[in-house]
Amino acid sequence: MNTIGRDPSDRVQVLDEDGNLVGDPPEIDEETLVDIYQDMKLARHFDQRAVSLQRQGRMGTYPPLSGQEGAQVGSAHALADGDWMVPSYREHGAALVRGLPLKQTLLYWMGSEEGNNVPEDANILPVAVPIASQVPHAAGLAWSWKLQDKDDTAGICYFGDGATSEGDFHEGLNFAGVNDVPMVFFCNNNQWAISVPRERQTASETLAQKANAYGFEGIQVDGMDPLAVYKVTQEALEKARNPEDDQLRPTMIEAVQYRFGAHTTADDPTVYRDEDEVEEWKAKDPIPRLETYLRAQEILDDERVAEIESEIEERVADAIDAAEAEPRPEPEEMFEHTYAELPPQVRQQREEFLDSVEKHGKDAFLEE
Amino acid sequence: MSDTQNLTLVQAVRDGLYTEMQRDESVMALGQDIGKNGGVFRATQGLQAEFGENRVVDTPLAESGIIGSAVGLAIDGMKPVAEIQFSGFIYPGFDQIVSHMARYRTRSRSRFTLPMVLRAPYGGGIRAPEHHSESKEAFYAHEAGLKVVVPSTPYDTKGLLTSAIRDPDPVVFLEPKLIYRAFRGEVPEESYEVPIGEAATRHEGEDVSVFTYGAMTRPTLEAAEDLAEEGIDAEIIDLRTVSPLDIDSIIESFEKTGRAVVVNEAPKSGGLAGEITAIIQERALLHQEAPVKRVTGFDVPVPLYAMEDYYLPNAARVADGIRETVEF
Repeated sequence: MNTIGRDPSDRVQVLDEDGNLVGDPPEIDEETLVDIYQDMKLARHFDQRAVSLQRQGRMGTYPPLSGQEGAQVGSAHALADGDWMVPSYREHGAALVRGLPLKQTLLYWMGSEEGNNVPEDANILPVAVPIASQVPHAAGLAWSWKLQDKDDTAGICYFGDGATSEGDFHEGLNFAGVNDVPMVFFCNNNQWAISVPRERQTASETLAQKANAYGFEGIQVDGMDPLAVYKVTQEALEKARNPEDDQLRPTMIEAVQYRFGAHTTADDPTVYRDEDEVEEWKAKDPIPRLETYLRAQEILDDERVAEIESEIEERVADAIDAAEAEPRPEPEEMFEHTYAELPPQVRQQREEFLDSVEKHGKDAFLEE
Repeated sequence: MSDTQNLTLVQAVRDGLYTEMQRDESVMALGQDIGKNGGVFRATQGLQAEFGENRVVDTPLAESGIIGSAVGLAIDGMKPVAEIQFSGFIYPGFDQIVSHMARYRTRSRSRFTLPMVLRAPYGGGIRAPEHHSESKEAFYAHEAGLKVVVPSTPYDTKGLLTSAIRDPDPVVFLEPKLIYRAFRGEVPEESYEVPIGEAATRHEGEDVSVFTYGAMTRPTLEAAEDLAEEGIDAEIIDLRTVSPLDIDSIIESFEKTGRAVVVNEAPKSGGLAGEITAIIQERALLHQEAPVKRVTGFDVPVPLYAMEDYYLPNAARVADGIRETVEF
């Protein structure tokens, strides 16, 4: 529990930029270490293919995550099986760890709500686009476990550095503190809220220290260091489930990291930031960092890395094939899932529209 | 026949909460000052003492936090009834209503649904300060995924609130505070439902259909009584739910009378009165014998209370509107 109690400005690190062990490693087995490596590689490759699909006109606007795999994958692996994940919109890497098929993520960004149809055995809330608006949900969700005596359940809520300026961030964390709920608030501080740098979001020295205002611990971690992220998330989840007498259950983790690419495929970061800065952060890349460490530990070798790479390429290619093979939803599906039972006037709108579709054919409505 | 109590509308809110919380332990209430204080209008009086601090919760002063955490509570097992102290203070939580409450079922393809109720006292007429008197039901009625209820009697209040709490989808429950304590009505002690989406005929008539809801039901009935003496036989329909509207009842009444007046206290433009007028045009044009008359508030900010009475439709304005329609 020592790590969680640190000063928010005392950034936790386990591996340095070159993959040397510089801090106490987390309690983690070899298999999980390899899984984290593999899932980070998977997230990176998925991301690159997704950006390319968008460029080719095969997918809509997409928010890339490259650079942020250490924070997403490291934290998601610290969750227990029944735990919940409350994402914003960039957590494709965390989502794949938690059991959201890659095909679903692709479908969502290809414009189909089906992408948010999370499998029954995965406790992942759907993508939340309005900034910080998912934070109060996380506070309420974790409150519901407490009220229902679901004592072993905890969750993680992701948001970015820009979100910490929103009212919902404040209200959500405040509710979490007041109700003392088992939720970890995980800030992916990637330095840029589209074009606005971290120092223009807040005059606070750290984002982590904001947690102190809500009565619980905030901790800063090197978000490019997957082992440090795993360690602090694991400790925060442990505290969420079994706090000491003088501790509140929630924690805010500020994972200091960088998005290597654009905010979304519709954004051009060269307008607002220097390439030198990007290069500096690329030197901290979480993937080679962990790979160096795992090779030094003789957990990985060339053969295993090659195996992992080919598995990943196949998985992503299969997911893309499956997503692209998915037929466009039928027009009537637009009306489904609005209410448990469709009100009469919406039923009538559906009937009128379907008559029109039958008369003109679906193609008459599709602009392509 | 079960025992009944003679309750005011706000007491019926409390009674509806009480019977549902007794019946279903996943039902909880949250909001500002609703616990020990029993709510600023006493709509939750004594409920915290009855059900404890975990089920009747005084929250921090934060509308978005209240509505957003209610969304989260509803996702995995609870049935929260969130109170916003006055509907005029709901706007910091408006994003939660339109971006999440209304859309969660659609967005998640029904994997996650929100059996929640958002209650708020609303409407004018109680000599309140600024921002306490508006009627903005149209905001919520405009939003797919929500249901919007405005009761006008103690009996309906308990029954509609019961239905709202049991509804698998989110319901915005607007309580006309002008009539919170204006009169009493018989309310069964036991639990019962009044279905959402069904209007009630308050007075049958042959000459003109008058559609109204909430606090405006009373001046409308008053006007109808006055007009009966002049020989005008008005049918008064209390819509009770403004989304989804009970279109069948609207059309059935209009086809009988051929004339319609809509009475509400909201601004005239872009609201439910226009919507009801359009429905009549679409469905029953050939029965129409006069223009549909809207007797409403005005397209100006609701004034402070020195001029409030000029803003709200009263029996005289409603009667004029009915006369004009009948005499066309």
